[in-house]
Order: sequence, then structure tokens, then C-alpha cells
Amino acid sequence: MPATQTAPAPSINPQLIVPFVNSVRSVFSTMVGVETTVQRPHLKANPAPSYDVSSIIGFSGDVVGSVVVSFQRATAEKLASAFAGSPIEFGAPDFADAIGELANMIVGGAKKHLGNMATITVPSVILGSAHVIARLTDVPCVVIPCQTPGGSFAVEISIKQLTPPEATR
Amino acid sequence: MKALLVDDSRTMRNIQKKVLETMGPVEFAEAGDGLEALSVIASTPGGFNLILIDWNMPNMDGHTLVQRIREKDKATPLIMVTTEAEKQRVIDALKAGVNNYVIKPFTPDSLLERVKQTLSKLKAAA
Repeated sequence: MPATQTAPAPSINPQLIVPFVNSVRSVFSTMVGVETTVQRPHLKANPAPSYDVSSIIGFSGDVVGSVVVSFQRATAEKLASAFAGSPIEFGAPDFADAIGELANMIVGGAKKHLGNMATITVPSVILGSAHVIARLTDVPCVVIPCQTPGGSFAVEISIKQLTPPEATR
Repeated sequence: MKALLVDDSRTMRNIQKKVLETMGPVEFAEAGDGLEALSVIASTPGGFNLILIDWNMPNMDGHTLVQRIREKDKATPLIMVTTEAEKQRVIDALKAGVNNYVIKPFTPDSLLERVKQTLSKLKAAA
């Protein structure tokens, strides 16, 4: 009787996580003026709802997949306002712009550690509670929960490296 | 001083404005992508004293914009302000003709210092 083969359980690759953790801390302390506490990363079921406001950035080239930065509504309003230097309400024209640019800096900051020829898309922003984002089915989604004095957000990483980054970089 | 800010994020352009305004009176123009920037440049007699350019933008990216500007204009100070931090990207931007390179995220002081450095270096070379 042939042995049953089962796919290995997905695991969390620290080399993918660390660049995002460092980038989150750098972006929020430099551009928003808040310190971020990062909690233990975990795998996310696919599909499963995100928070109320999500910015999605796609990868292509050496790295494929997407990264989502998802915020609770109140957190998003506070962080977007602090970033812009003036109050911004949920749904205002500058709200999605600010949230998208924060995600752009987080993902862009992490990208240089992931692959020399990786390119990222401009951010798209989704507004709406409990929205569900469809991702690549063969790539696990790792969630990094983050806490600021203004509330919670999460970085959801669903990418795979096709070419390892150069050791000499 | 006349400055053109090219970035698809209005929030980022506003942040850059606040930083540059600390240098003194500045007349600003803005563009959300490379194509719009070319149109603004073409319709601005006398040109600009400084152009800040993001890399990742829709329609035309910042790298292509720099190449297009440098086809006709070798003199205007161009600074790339971007999240693109890989060494090769910096080299590509310098080859295309930027005078300086600022990686996001930046502090107001670091952006200001890089702008002043760029302008004074070009003034000394003139």
C-alpha cells in the first residue's frame, strides 16, 4: 500500500518578517512620530477578514504576491492625521492617500532586503469593515500584529521569493 | 525659488511643501505622475529651481521622468525622493541624471539638508 503524502505545514520564515518589522518601526517613528509595538507573527487563514481599512501593494519580479497593511478605522484616522499633520476623517479624499503612502513606505523599506529585482505596485486602498482580500493560494499569509498608542493595525505578508537576495548587498 | 513636487501622494507633497517652506519663500507646482510633470514643466516659462521626484508613480515613473527631463535640460536640480533603497536603483537614478537621492521615510531635517546640499553644490559649480 503506497504511503500517503501530505503537504508540509506552512511555516513562518523569519527572513521575510524581520525587514517588515524594522520598516514598520522606522516609518512610524520617523514620519508619524509614534512608537510601534510588534507582537508575535502568526499565520492567517485564507480567506479571512482584515480590519476596516487596508492598503494593498503587489510584488513582481524576484518576489511575487502581495502585502496588505490593515488598520482599525479609529487607528487609521489617528495615524493618517498624525502623518499628514492635520486632521483627516475616514473616507475624506486625503484619507486613502495617506494610508496608501504609509503602506508604500513600509513595503518599500522592506523590499530592498527581499530581492534585487523586485518591483512593487502603487498602493490600492480598500475601505469597509470585515472586507476579505483574496491572495495567492499557494503562499501562506503571515500576519504581524502591531500596536501603537492610537490603536492596532496589522501587516499581512503573502509573498514568495523566486530568487534569493544577493548575499553581498 | 520655484519648486516642482512630483509624487502620486498628495499627503507626501504636502509634507515636502512644509519642509521646503522653512527655507524661505517658495512658489510650488505639483504633479501626480511623470506625464503630468512633463506637462507642467512645458507650460512653465523659466522652469524650476528644484524638482523633487518620486520613483513609483502611475502612468510614468520617476526614473523615466528624469531621463525625459535630462534629454533637454541638464541644469535643473533633480532630487529623487523614494522608498526605492536598493543600491542598483540609486545607481540607475544617478546615471539617469538626478543630483541627489533621498530615501523615504525621511525626517524633515534630513530632507532639508539634502536639498540645501544639492543647491549649494550646484551653485558652487556654476
